[in-house]
Amino acid sequence: MHKLLLSTSVGILALFGAGVANADELLDLQKNPKDWVSPTGDYANLRYSKLKQITTENVGKLAPAWSFSTGVLRGHEGAPLVIGDVMYLHTPFPNIVYALDLNNEGKILWKYEPKQDPSVVPVMCCDTVNRGLAYGAGKIFLAQADTTLVALDAKTGKLVWSVKNGDPSKGATSTAAPHVFKDKVFVGIAGGEFGVRGSLTAYNVADGKLAWRGYSMGPDSDTLIDGEKTTHLGKPVGKDSGLNTWEGDQWQIGGGTTWGWYSYDPELNLVYYGSGNPSTWNPKQRPGDNRWSMTLWARDLDTGVAKWVYQMTPHDEWDYDGINETILANQTINGQARKTLVHFDRNGFGYTLDRVTGELLVAEKYDPAVNWATKVDMDKNSKTYGRPLVVSKYSTEQNGEDVNTKGVCPAALGSKDMQPASFSPDTGLFYVPTNHVCMDYEPFRVSYTAGQPYVGATLEMFPPPGETNMGNFIAWDARVGKIVWSNKEQFSVWSGTVTTAGGLAFYGTLEGYLKAVDLKTGKELYKYKTPSGIIGNVITYEHKGKQYVAVLSGVGGWAGIGLAAGLSKSNEGLGAVGGYKALSDYTALGGVLTVFALPDYALPIVAPAN
Amino acid sequence: MRLPLVGALALSVFMGFGTTVRAEPPGDPTAVKEVDGKWFDAKGDPTYKVQADGAVDWYTFSGYRRYHAECHVCHGPNAEGSTYAPALKNSVKNFNYAEFYGIVVGGRENKVAGNDSVMPAFADNKNAMCYIDDLYIYIRARSTEAVGRGRPEKKAEKPAAFAEAETKCMSAK
Repeated sequence: MHKLLLSTSVGILALFGAGVANADELLDLQKNPKDWVSPTGDYANLRYSKLKQITTENVGKLAPAWSFSTGVLRGHEGAPLVIGDVMYLHTPFPNIVYALDLNNEGKILWKYEPKQDPSVVPVMCCDTVNRGLAYGAGKIFLAQADTTLVALDAKTGKLVWSVKNGDPSKGATSTAAPHVFKDKVFVGIAGGEFGVRGSLTAYNVADGKLAWRGYSMGPDSDTLIDGEKTTHLGKPVGKDSGLNTWEGDQWQIGGGTTWGWYSYDPELNLVYYGSGNPSTWNPKQRPGDNRWSMTLWARDLDTGVAKWVYQMTPHDEWDYDGINETILANQTINGQARKTLVHFDRNGFGYTLDRVTGELLVAEKYDPAVNWATKVDMDKNSKTYGRPLVVSKYSTEQNGEDVNTKGVCPAALGSKDMQPASFSPDTGLFYVPTNHVCMDYEPFRVSYTAGQPYVGATLEMFPPPGETNMGNFIAWDARVGKIVWSNKEQFSVWSGTVTTAGGLAFYGTLEGYLKAVDLKTGKELYKYKTPSGIIGNVITYEHKGKQYVAVLSGVGGWAGIGLAAGLSKSNEGLGAVGGYKALSDYTALGGVLTVFALPDYALPIVAPAN
Repeated sequence: MRLPLVGALALSVFMGFGTTVRAEPPGDPTAVKEVDGKWFDAKGDPTYKVQADGAVDWYTFSGYRRYHAECHVCHGPNAEGSTYAPALKNSVKNFNYAEFYGIVVGGRENKVAGNDSVMPAFADNKNAMCYIDDLYIYIRARSTEAVGRGRPEKKAEKPAAFAEAETKCMSAK
């Protein structure tokens, strides 16, 4: 199927000449619901599939069809790609890539294992995770832990080109999946806890040549911001906004890393993503708004120049990284059709923006426990328009160094971390895996050494007062900013979701369950316990007439740090009722892909064509 | 009070980066001597002191704080380990203070069943080296459960000698 499309796009190229061709192979490929061609399924990050062989009626009969051990322990985030008859699967460090033959029960067609210096391992905050691969122009792209971006021949696994994107000896690493949009492959950088200055970098798919790099902070020449044209909440940001909102040269170790999921609107030719926390976690040490950490970005695909930015958490005091995915759904808001961008931030607010202009439309709490800010100021005439109204009691800046600020919700994990949400055009709702965890946060003085942790705060995490569940799976109406339904989960839901035309949302849990729920009601219709806790993203695809659902299990990641040993303080109050037990009582390490399908007897009966 | 960085490096060379020397248990953690709010065991190694009302010495508290900034992302909250690094509350039962020092300064590498685990060298990191005794004292207190999980509820005042040494160490070029 995709070969046919490939030759079509080549034909167009030949017709119009390479320079003017608008052919976008990937844009065509992603329209085929049988494949799963990009880390998030499509450019818009909807994570919605039109497949509907598996329905609310028959999902109860779902069963594992086959499984595959990755041979790696550690946390398994992300999901495989499926293109035609081949599945491409990644692992955490050492970042093995497998091409599996779907015609032959997952037989290994080729395997690629990079040689990396293991000294990169300890500069990876929060486990050695990797969130997956990208495909484009016959190549599979892998962003290795040591920041090397490699392009592999999708047919053979042979290295086509490689390029180094950062310096791990200074704490820069790669955990995010690369994303291919049109003729470029985009990679981010991790290391906000090591004082790495974040950037998004575009390389040419064809040859790996650097197209542009846009930093999160620094002079306009670095951030690719035009002080007169780039807007923040409708107004030009002014010259060198990424410099003059910092003290001295602190921007050079300013964080704002970019390890989430990116999206692309081909009509607007804009690339969207979020930048992470400013370094250090001690806010007292870095006065100013610390622009443009904690920011949603819209950049031109070809030039990288920022069209608009929106800083959600100016001068962060809680490690509310802004890197979570940006979902490009079109919605009608107040009777007006809008091209929207929806983003569930770590800070607990669900944002809906006009993705053409960056206008803020909705900002509401998607977990009622959120307490650090009363609201986001939506009054366009207010001095604090677009800013969160911080509650002094929960301000680690106002309380200061060496003071333990207690009971802040959400915890640094955020009301949601990177685990991506999904949209269903059938219900008009978003399906969001969330954390329901609060924290005590004590910042203190810290010293910067290149390549060493640059944290500067101590945290303790626990469920909100009087509650035992540390996660919720929710349905969210982003047009008005309201929770439609909410299912309690014992642990944080650290798995990306997928929604289908079969009326279902699939997600995984930290204990290891794959679950299917009814999109309309949230009713749980299916669950199966996989070999390990799930922090990967669920996908669905079709092969030889059968719909499959696939998910990586393999507990770890930040969830593995914060939860494997049990959250500390919570035990005192909750131990008595036995409501909370350490995750290690439920699951152990191990990377396994489990693929589900309906058994033949349960397949819907389709009338013969004649 | 603390070894200067140069001394620490020399020690790490002597210790062979903590990997080749046969491990020696730390001995009795009972505090027998106090110098400016810091406690030592009979061998002269730093140790914790918990008062009858549960108040911990300042160094234990300081170690708790720095541990949960520098160490816990790998070694887990409360020194109880994570999915990819050992529980230090158990590890410190198997080696003594000098070995602990050597490992923090020089790092170490373990290969178990094809799963590389790497501890970085912290010799250049003031956030670790200025507080290395504090870290040892806290983890030692966790190893005997003299200090429970989470933040110690009560603690001694910050000793003037600590504040002075901290400023000096963190400001050193």
